[in-house]
Amino acid sequence: MPEQSPKAQIDLEDLAIHEGTPVLLRRALAGLTAGELLEVRADSSDFFEALGAWCREEGHCYVGSSGPNCYRIEKGAGTAPVVAPGNHVAESADPNWGLAPRGGKIERGGPKFAFTLCQKRDVWAQELASIYKQAAANQWSAARDIPWSSLPKLPAELEAALAQIMTFLTENEFAALYVPARFIPRIHPHYREVVEVLAVQVADEARHAEAFTWRAEAGGIGLGTTANSGQLSLQTLLEEPDFTTAAFLLCVMGEGTFLTLLTFLEQFAPDPVTATLARLAHRDEARHVAFGMEHLRYVLEREPERRSSLAAAVERRSRMLASVSGLSPYVSDALMILAGGGVAPQQVRAGARQVFLLHREMDAARRDRLHGLGFDSFQATRLSAHHTRNFM
Amino acid sequence: MTAIRTPAGPLRVGAVAYDPKVVTIWEGFVPYFAAHGAAIDYVLFSNYDAQVAASLSGEIDVAWNSPLAWVKSQLDSRKGCRAIAMRDSDRDLTSKIVVRRDSGFMSLGDLKGKTIAVGASDSPQATLIPLLLLAEAGVVPGEQCHVLYHNVMVGKHGDHVGGERDAARALAAGKVDAACLLDGNYTVFINEGTLDPGTTRILASTAHFDHCNFTVRADLMRERWQPFVETLLGMSFEDPEVRALMELEGLKRWLPARTTGYGQLERAVERFRFYARTISKSTDRS
Repeated sequence: MPEQSPKAQIDLEDLAIHEGTPVLLRRALAGLTAGELLEVRADSSDFFEALGAWCREEGHCYVGSSGPNCYRIEKGAGTAPVVAPGNHVAESADPNWGLAPRGGKIERGGPKFAFTLCQKRDVWAQELASIYKQAAANQWSAARDIPWSSLPKLPAELEAALAQIMTFLTENEFAALYVPARFIPRIHPHYREVVEVLAVQVADEARHAEAFTWRAEAGGIGLGTTANSGQLSLQTLLEEPDFTTAAFLLCVMGEGTFLTLLTFLEQFAPDPVTATLARLAHRDEARHVAFGMEHLRYVLEREPERRSSLAAAVERRSRMLASVSGLSPYVSDALMILAGGGVAPQQVRAGARQVFLLHREMDAARRDRLHGLGFDSFQATRLSAHHTRNFM
Repeated sequence: MTAIRTPAGPLRVGAVAYDPKVVTIWEGFVPYFAAHGAAIDYVLFSNYDAQVAASLSGEIDVAWNSPLAWVKSQLDSRKGCRAIAMRDSDRDLTSKIVVRRDSGFMSLGDLKGKTIAVGASDSPQATLIPLLLLAEAGVVPGEQCHVLYHNVMVGKHGDHVGGERDAARALAAGKVDAACLLDGNYTVFINEGTLDPGTTRILASTAHFDHCNFTVRADLMRERWQPFVETLLGMSFEDPEVRALMELEGLKRWLPARTTGYGQLERAVERFRFYARTISKSTDRS
């Protein structure tokens, strides 16, 4: 049998094995099929010593020397088979695709990841790219963008009311941080836009919690009291296992209600720090609500019957919280004092009136959103009424 | 003498748990072999001596043996064992005696009176075979040169590369004059930064030797192990089902075993009276 002649040659000159020769060897071997020979010229003194081990590791066969400083490699089998799922967003993502970016090639046989949200309809929403773009462009800094030096000395009762409201906001921001954070590792990275939007949402809530805490402390009073009623309400939110239901309860119902609250706080803010905080947080929360609405629209267009399970979730939550008296007196009183501007009877009367209007406005906004998701007026009124009195 | 059990049920394959990945590999292989009509189960051992004993007593049918465990199996059974398969990466290994580039050593003879770093005392590739190279060149370890052992996980025959890496570190730190390293690991240590590129060079290289093999007792019926070997040899690196397992096990292709590559290790075991003396555990870090 005649000796096989090399299919390709490569001259490595004096490049040593640790100076990147594998780069050139792999490129040269890539053009060959299994069993074909590559002839390598190399002048580096250690090259021969290392070539055998390199071939063994790479699955090629070191054939031997074919002359001075000339070596032969037989290409081995074992090229990795790859799949290319393409750049379109698939209806279903294979757990074996793992962390590979969408649009790239993936070696087959990779580990099976434990992502549980692997269907597009589980997580997807329209407008994700624009929501993310806005989110990335509108990041603000509690240290840089809030006029802390303009904080006036407020009357003690107003400052205490604000500190209590900031405490309540911070609790709720934490809930709004944990809910998406719990779902991020369950979402298949094929749907990366969803992960990106939720990741910024988590970062937004972290910033809000930080900023609201600073505001409570900046006035000299410090944080107020956390009520059990609020905690119980938020706990039911954290325990919701279904992504779409959680997005509905948090982003549409909860954060939607918070938009009205933040507008109210900006309107009645007695100082520029509180007003700026409320305005910036409102801008972020509006994006979170937009994501929730878009996701729910996407799901309900495909599975209209899910409206009843979402309604059931709101009512279930309402029943669980039936024993809770509603918004805690700490928060309710503080909102009235803030809106009335003090604790004189006339101020309290005015504040109570504003808080009554706040509740009515929250209800109207919730019903609007529910209409927008295709719930009829009766369902929308009923669901809005069942929404937790704790706002979030 | 324990009676050899009647072969029945899944083939029992022994492996040494030198790394948590061993469980991943065998948990992955079990359903693969079952699906190919060659049911196996695996039994893990903490050290190769225990596995060799279990192999010879019939507690397991097949042992995934290190080269030293193969040599011991043959010694203890008076050549009553058979190697049935190995990895492509088990063939034609070499170990290197590596020195710092700026040292003046030009031949093995120059290492007389010097200190040589090796891996674990029972590592064929990082200790026994390169020390044999030195001894046969007239630099008898312990007599004409000092040997600094790096006993990480003794009993696992150097599979855990930790001791060998420590030997490379000792060379880089200037604590020793030379280090004994497997060819592939020498490259790994440079790539991972344990050794700075260009600061060391190869002083000498051993002849080719072979590494692990699947071992059975010669009296185990061929029908018992044949389906296992056929399934093993049929495994393809291009098959996504087993590719990750083959990567973990460090091979591209399974091959029939050969036993021509263990001569140096047999000579080393005999010359250093390896199984006649007790392995010192006084410096064992594991």
